[in-house]
Amino acid sequence: MEASSLGLGDPGELKFTIPAGSGPSAYDDDVVRLFLGATVLWAVVGMLVGVTIALQLAWWPANLGLPYTTFGRLRPLHTNAVIFAFGGNICFTGIYYSMQRLLKTPMWSRALSRFHFWGWQAIIVAAAITLPLGLTQSKEYAELIWPIDLAIAVVWVAFAVNFFGTIAVRKVAHLYVAIWFYMSFVLTIPVLHIVNSLAIPATLTRSYPVYAGLTDGLVQWWYGHNAVGFFLTTPFLGLMYYFLPRIAERPVYSYRLSIVHFWALVFLYIWAGPHHLLYSALPDWAQTLGMVFSIMLLAPSWGGMLNGLLTLRGAWDRVRTDPILKFLVVAVSFYGMSTFEGPMMSIRAVNGLAHYTNWVIGHVHSGALGWVGMISFGIIYWLIPRLWSRPLAYPGWPIVHFWLATIGIVLYTVSMWAAGLTEGLMWRAVDAGGQLKYPIFVDIVHQLNPFYWMRLVGGTMYLIGAVMLGWNFLRTVRSKATVTTGAAPAVAAAS
Amino acid sequence: MSQGTEGKESFHRFLEGKGVWFAVLTTVAISIGGLVEIVPMFTVKLGPEALPGVTAYTPLEIAGRDIYIREGCYTCHSQMVRPMRAEILRYGEWTRAGEYAYDHPFLLGSRRIGPDIQRVGGKYPDAWHYEHMRDPRSTSPGSLMPTYRWLLHQSYDTADVVASLRALRKVGLPYTDADLAGAPAAMRAQGEAIVGRLATGGITTTPDKEIIAVIAYLQRLGRDGRAAIPPEPAPAATAVRTR
Repeated sequence: MEASSLGLGDPGELKFTIPAGSGPSAYDDDVVRLFLGATVLWAVVGMLVGVTIALQLAWWPANLGLPYTTFGRLRPLHTNAVIFAFGGNICFTGIYYSMQRLLKTPMWSRALSRFHFWGWQAIIVAAAITLPLGLTQSKEYAELIWPIDLAIAVVWVAFAVNFFGTIAVRKVAHLYVAIWFYMSFVLTIPVLHIVNSLAIPATLTRSYPVYAGLTDGLVQWWYGHNAVGFFLTTPFLGLMYYFLPRIAERPVYSYRLSIVHFWALVFLYIWAGPHHLLYSALPDWAQTLGMVFSIMLLAPSWGGMLNGLLTLRGAWDRVRTDPILKFLVVAVSFYGMSTFEGPMMSIRAVNGLAHYTNWVIGHVHSGALGWVGMISFGIIYWLIPRLWSRPLAYPGWPIVHFWLATIGIVLYTVSMWAAGLTEGLMWRAVDAGGQLKYPIFVDIVHQLNPFYWMRLVGGTMYLIGAVMLGWNFLRTVRSKATVTTGAAPAVAAAS
Repeated sequence: MSQGTEGKESFHRFLEGKGVWFAVLTTVAISIGGLVEIVPMFTVKLGPEALPGVTAYTPLEIAGRDIYIREGCYTCHSQMVRPMRAEILRYGEWTRAGEYAYDHPFLLGSRRIGPDIQRVGGKYPDAWHYEHMRDPRSTSPGSLMPTYRWLLHQSYDTADVVASLRALRKVGLPYTDADLAGAPAAMRAQGEAIVGRLATGGITTTPDKEIIAVIAYLQRLGRDGRAAIPPEPAPAATAVRTR
């Protein structure tokens, strides 16, 4: 089923096409199916929590008056669930599927693959229990208590050993660009995680970081921004470099561009963290470094976007009819949009307006819903028929999902831009006499209510799309209809 | 840029065949920025500037800070007044780095769903905070904040707080053995003072309640080191500080 040749494009680029697979053979696709199922499950759970906290901001009684369901405890649950449970599992799905085929070898260790899968799910369940209980370290995207932090380190080492073991036994001489990006993910995440999580335990559930004050802040945002960079960007670029050419059946546009933007991206990203602390009392030199490198980051980010979009040269006619390609094109476009917005927001003067406002939330979600979510859905719809050797139970649903998600993102980002600008401008508005125009904070909060409702509608549409995917997935894997011959049917066939 | 980007495809092609070297160079590339930014933070010259008069939190304030972390208060409230005219008018003096000297973890926050509370210490009476936690809309009509009634009934665990103090001492807070031994008594004394002030507002409670620790922490916020901060000109004339 992996027989389709990708020998397209001019001869100079041929070497940069994906090595064609050698059939189902001994590849371990069981672990890929497990990760894919977990991805779908956690997508629905994480987005449901997101919609819940969105409702809480529009209508406070939705906090329910219980300690376990307040916004303050559920927001970290939402971020952890979508980043590490949904985002993590789709990365692992794509990595285990593609690296075996790119390196023409099964994973080095089936046992480590299994350990990775179950270990990661256990960590997610532990997070889902501890965060509502108020057990937290408070550092964003690094809230989990120290025993879970240790478990993350152990599971990641198992993944890394398996990853490099597979590279060591590969049957292909050269590492394809997707593998470079996966490698930066596998290597950087433990560095960030360990340095940021260094803490002294007080009890089994509580610890204190070794860093104080703004040093702790700098370490945290070095971690936090690179969680975006190396958890939500580089592995997904790797997935783009594997799945986009495969699905579009076109070679990657430029080999040279991929080299330049890979090295520039991994080198520059790590410096950008201090843009989260602009105008704070963090030493000026650190703020300026963070701002300058954030602006430079635009170049390699757009290098990746252009390489992705230009890979579709000659395949644009198919974008019109193929929902999977639609998901991918919108994903790469949102990647370009949010990596333009990010550097812009890192400019001090702009940050002075945007920081602390809903604009930041809108920015994060154009990246998370637009880039991470959409590319994930495209890959999932492409993989399901291939991994289970049967057509989708509801082949007409992905296009509905696509439009729900796309319109949902637009409602989400537009409402948050409007809310962010509103509060940012009202906070700073001063009358002719030099006094605050809106001295009562809660008066400004009231102005945001319509935007919070609009965001809730957009988020709910996005969630409904994910639920449709979940139901489609369940009905497909439980159906008896199998396809035994040829390539798996494309979703497009029915739409 | 970094390693291997000098445009020689042949060299990069060679590198793509060397998994270990590829991994080593990637690690070098991702390490430089972090090292350059983080290491100088531990030096006196380049790190956060110290501020005279900033002291460590009392045991009861630590108990309150732990509850603040548990409830995720930082998801809606920042603790950093930026050096901008409107912020200084709204919240008070902008925050100096040295004010956070004993903050493990830092709690600057990243969103202002509610207002900044870096300068909330001493801004309202204790009874205001008590009522605000019981029913935020009683003190701030139209507030989005959830109610935190359980803080009024639950008690903090003194032994647990001492364990926290012990760990905090290991990360650099200057608690002496006498401080640790005297922590339970110190907590009771500070708590009773708050209970006394609440009683004058007609509120009856006991010093072991979580709300007492939270009030102690909130009333402490942003007060230390103010003597060392030069007085600002009258707000109306204050230009935007860019530092």
